[in-house]
Amino acid sequence: MLFIAGISSSLDTMSGLSINNNLFALHCRVGAGPASVDRALRNRFANNSTAPLQKHQTHLSFPYHHRYWRLLCSQPCSATLTLMAEEEKKTSDIERASLLVKELRECFDSGKTRSYQWRVTQLKSIAKMVEEREEDIVTALLKDLSKPEMETFVSEISMTKGSCKLALKELNHWMMPEKVKTSMSTFPSSAEIVSEPLGVVLVISTWNYPFLLSLDPVIGAIASGNAVVLKPSEIAPATSSLLAKLLEEYVDNSAIRVVEGAIPETSALLEQKWDKIFYTGSKRVGRIVMAAAAKHLTPVILELGGKNPAVVDSNVNLQVAARRIIAGKWGCNNGQACIAPDYIITTIDFAPKLIDALRSELKEFFGEEPMESKDISRIVNLYHFTRLKNLMEEDKVFQKIVVGGQIDQNQLKIAPAILLDIPEDSQIMEEEIFGPLLPIITVENLKDSFAVINSRPKPLAAYFFTDNEKLKKDFVENISAGGIVFNDTIVHVTVSTLPFGGVGESGMGSYHGKFSFDAFSHKKAVLYRSFKGDSSTRYPPYTPGKQRFLKSFLNGDILGAIFALVGWS
Amino acid sequence: MLPTLFNENKCRVGVGVGIQNQKFSISIAGVGGSSTPVQKKAEESNTTTLTPSLLSSSVAFLTLLEVVRTTASIMGSEAQKVFDAKDASSMLMELRGTFETGKTKSYEWRVSQLKSMLKMTEDCEKEIVDALHSDLSKSELESFVYEIAMLRSSLTLTLKELNRWMMSEKVKSTITTFPSSAEIVSEPLGVVLVISAWNYPFLLSLDPVVGAIAAGNAVVLKPSEIAPATSSVLAKVLGEYMDSSAIKVVEGAVPETSALLEQKWDKICYTGNGRVGRIILAAAAKHLTPVLLELGGKCPVVVDSDINIKVTTRRIIVGKWGCNNGQACIAPDHIITTKDYAPKLVDALKLELEKFYGKDPLNSEDLSRVVNSNHFSRLTKLLDDDKVSGKIVHGGQRDKTNLRIAPTILLDVPEDSRIMSEEIFGPLLPILTVDKIEDSFHMINSKEKPLAAYLFTNKKKLKEQFVRNVCAGGLLINDIALHLAVPTLPFGGVGESGMGSYHGKFSFDAFSHKKAVLYRSFAGDAPARYPPYSPGKLRLLKALLSGSIFGIIRALLGWSKA
Repeated sequence: MLFIAGISSSLDTMSGLSINNNLFALHCRVGAGPASVDRALRNRFANNSTAPLQKHQTHLSFPYHHRYWRLLCSQPCSATLTLMAEEEKKTSDIERASLLVKELRECFDSGKTRSYQWRVTQLKSIAKMVEEREEDIVTALLKDLSKPEMETFVSEISMTKGSCKLALKELNHWMMPEKVKTSMSTFPSSAEIVSEPLGVVLVISTWNYPFLLSLDPVIGAIASGNAVVLKPSEIAPATSSLLAKLLEEYVDNSAIRVVEGAIPETSALLEQKWDKIFYTGSKRVGRIVMAAAAKHLTPVILELGGKNPAVVDSNVNLQVAARRIIAGKWGCNNGQACIAPDYIITTIDFAPKLIDALRSELKEFFGEEPMESKDISRIVNLYHFTRLKNLMEEDKVFQKIVVGGQIDQNQLKIAPAILLDIPEDSQIMEEEIFGPLLPIITVENLKDSFAVINSRPKPLAAYFFTDNEKLKKDFVENISAGGIVFNDTIVHVTVSTLPFGGVGESGMGSYHGKFSFDAFSHKKAVLYRSFKGDSSTRYPPYTPGKQRFLKSFLNGDILGAIFALVGWS
Repeated sequence: MLPTLFNENKCRVGVGVGIQNQKFSISIAGVGGSSTPVQKKAEESNTTTLTPSLLSSSVAFLTLLEVVRTTASIMGSEAQKVFDAKDASSMLMELRGTFETGKTKSYEWRVSQLKSMLKMTEDCEKEIVDALHSDLSKSELESFVYEIAMLRSSLTLTLKELNRWMMSEKVKSTITTFPSSAEIVSEPLGVVLVISAWNYPFLLSLDPVVGAIAAGNAVVLKPSEIAPATSSVLAKVLGEYMDSSAIKVVEGAVPETSALLEQKWDKICYTGNGRVGRIILAAAAKHLTPVLLELGGKCPVVVDSDINIKVTTRRIIVGKWGCNNGQACIAPDHIITTKDYAPKLVDALKLELEKFYGKDPLNSEDLSRVVNSNHFSRLTKLLDDDKVSGKIVHGGQRDKTNLRIAPTILLDVPEDSRIMSEEIFGPLLPILTVDKIEDSFHMINSKEKPLAAYLFTNKKKLKEQFVRNVCAGGLLINDIALHLAVPTLPFGGVGESGMGSYHGKFSFDAFSHKKAVLYRSFAGDAPARYPPYSPGKLRLLKALLSGSIFGIIRALLGWSKA
């Protein structure tokens, strides 16, 4: 109860009103794909779960029955009936989730998902799905976020495809055991590290890149041979339902499932024992996910966010720097990206020049009327719109807007806004902005920016625009962040040879490329010995001679070892 | 909260004996017992050389003592000086201060600390061996091989390789970011906490600390209170040999550990059991702290029939009873063999056991004792279980006063007995039999994933199947426990046996953040990236990203025409 309430209150502040709109049921998508091999299995599931499913659907006639809704209304529970319905629903959610995990575990235990062929087939199917259903994906993202087609294509579709392709190309190589050297103390022997799947894993994804951030971890989980359940974000409902539909159609549903839903469904899933949980989202929920995982000793990967700084030196190519900042901030889902620059730090002298450059490039990109631009996403929902509006309208902050800041509540649009020299203690500098507002902080000396960054929790990314090699070196040495990019923003996510993940408050664990494969694998140490070369010094009774020999041997003292052997024999 | 677990108020801060008493704070623990420990501590405080600060703290202490005594007499409770959350928090602040100066990041600092520790293992060898003997009656050879020599080789390897480990790793960058260069930089996480266990109290305390120091972190070590002599030696020698502004020892039991766990660490490394592992993970969740858990499990040994039986039994014996008398996380928990082969194996084990430990194993100097009476009674209960007591085919003698249990073999215990449902962690070895050796795989996989699984066989095919089908932290074919001496292999569990791994470079990695760094220049800026997004740009990007050269050319042509 407490646990559910915990999730409710935190998700509630995070996702706010959009949850109200969410009428999702828990759809355990089962074997309805074209492959008739799954039909038997689906029927079994149907037999088991038809009744609770119907029961559940009746509950859907109470769209506002979530606990958080009552909390919001802060009224004592008026409807005992609702409470009962809720309890019942909770139980049936948990039962369903438990059944789901059981089925997937059986499938995993059959060994099916371990085979190279299975993995390749599934990955190819996902690649095919992305190829064939591009239009549907673009439409869903347009619906959820007004995401421009170009952005969807570049940052969701092609990134997903790229992940699939890389995994398909390298999988054979990744799956091979890694031979390692053995040490003298185990001579004669050979050793290797074998990557094996963890089992049944859960991926809980988020709404800002709802397609990529759902499928990218799933690709890793499949590549390493796991069965996987994906819980897409209910805050991007069109994409969530598209994912449920497409995965049902394209991949093997005996091992890969989508569960749609919000807090109750997520809580039910989190009660189960998983072999790994991969969560993308906020710190608050990250803590809840990890606490739930603790009960089952489940390892977690948390992809969180943070206030990503962009430091701008005065020796830069101003036009290119401004363009890259804009592309990384407003060109990435209008600032609603975990790696978007959160604020800029530059010198007092350089700030006006930078602002001018940003202003003129913004105009070039989004026109005189950015609110009308088709090339910029909207704010995801009213809750976030209000949150951002409040950040901007705070007393100390409002008069600091130097560019943009227009708002349109009906369309949930906020124009790119730049704020100069806002006080450090304002709310906008306290929390992750996650929207189109970009504060600029000025320092006397560029090096002072290091202290500004390090006085805050470690961000997911830190950006630095400079041509000064010494400063670059200092930045790498002194700034702790998930990743660092020089003279650009966000592009490090496309480099699959780099691990992508946070540190400290910005998350734990990493993925992308081979790191995704590793994230969902257990690295099993295997040592092979033969019966030959058995040395009796190892065994009791431990005579003084044995001790002398072993000491010399282990201290690497060859002469001593010989003496001991001689003295001993 | 058993008073016995607190082990006589051990809550010293091991940065040097001189300041220990200053660090004490007083709180009233609501547990039963007499106030004797308080009086004892009071005497200690009074007899300490009184520096002014110590004097004032002693005065404060005595004043508080009155309050404590009154309260104690009312509540019938025992008063305890506890290293509390406030102390933990101020210690952490001090360490964070040190870490932020950048001192621990330098290669020189790391090397000097590691060298100092190496020197400590040489200078204090006798003290360590004595402490281990007092805690566990561990034989000198075992202490030397498994605790001291292992630590030394870990230190030597780290000192040799550290320079290389610290170098950033250049990686290829992709065409989408051309021109660029990329590297992965290992950086320290910050201030880390190591909570260790009592069975290898020296090695399991310091081996993770080596990794933490090598990676450039400040570190607090909480040794296990169940091995009090080693705990106190660790506090003393680390206080003497290491830089106490960055490396500290906190001794103590449940209250001290809880106080430490309330703090925000940058990583927690815990060695112990699954129950506490869960508590640690839940505590870490509050601060989003990553955790490395080294737990245990029921490690199976599968014995095929085509083997060199003498070597096999010797290796099993030395891995089971020769490893702290079975009190090791990687010791064999049970054997699985075929029905036909079991009698032969039992005979061979009996024979070799007698050769190793004589006719009266309870008096053998080469066997450790059971650590304490709690564990002793736990183990005897496992043996006295009705379902099990008739299955003993060898050993079973016990000596309660000296906490000794002889090597004991049980044949065909039922699967649902207590001994088969919990980790044994002691000198009892059940043998389960199967019809076909391959059946053992299913038997293993139906239980929680163990930390290690062992197979003795000469059949290549069986080895392959074993490696493919059996999930465990590590697998070892034809030997026991030795895989942890191979630093190129990650040591760590999976599932119920833990998460994360260490040893060798994996230790360094366990305490490092792998920071992705990408270098771009201002040259080669492609306008196709930027809005406004015309259809031409989209065509070009699609072609570019799908790697179609013709598409690119077409798009470029089409686009420039547009």
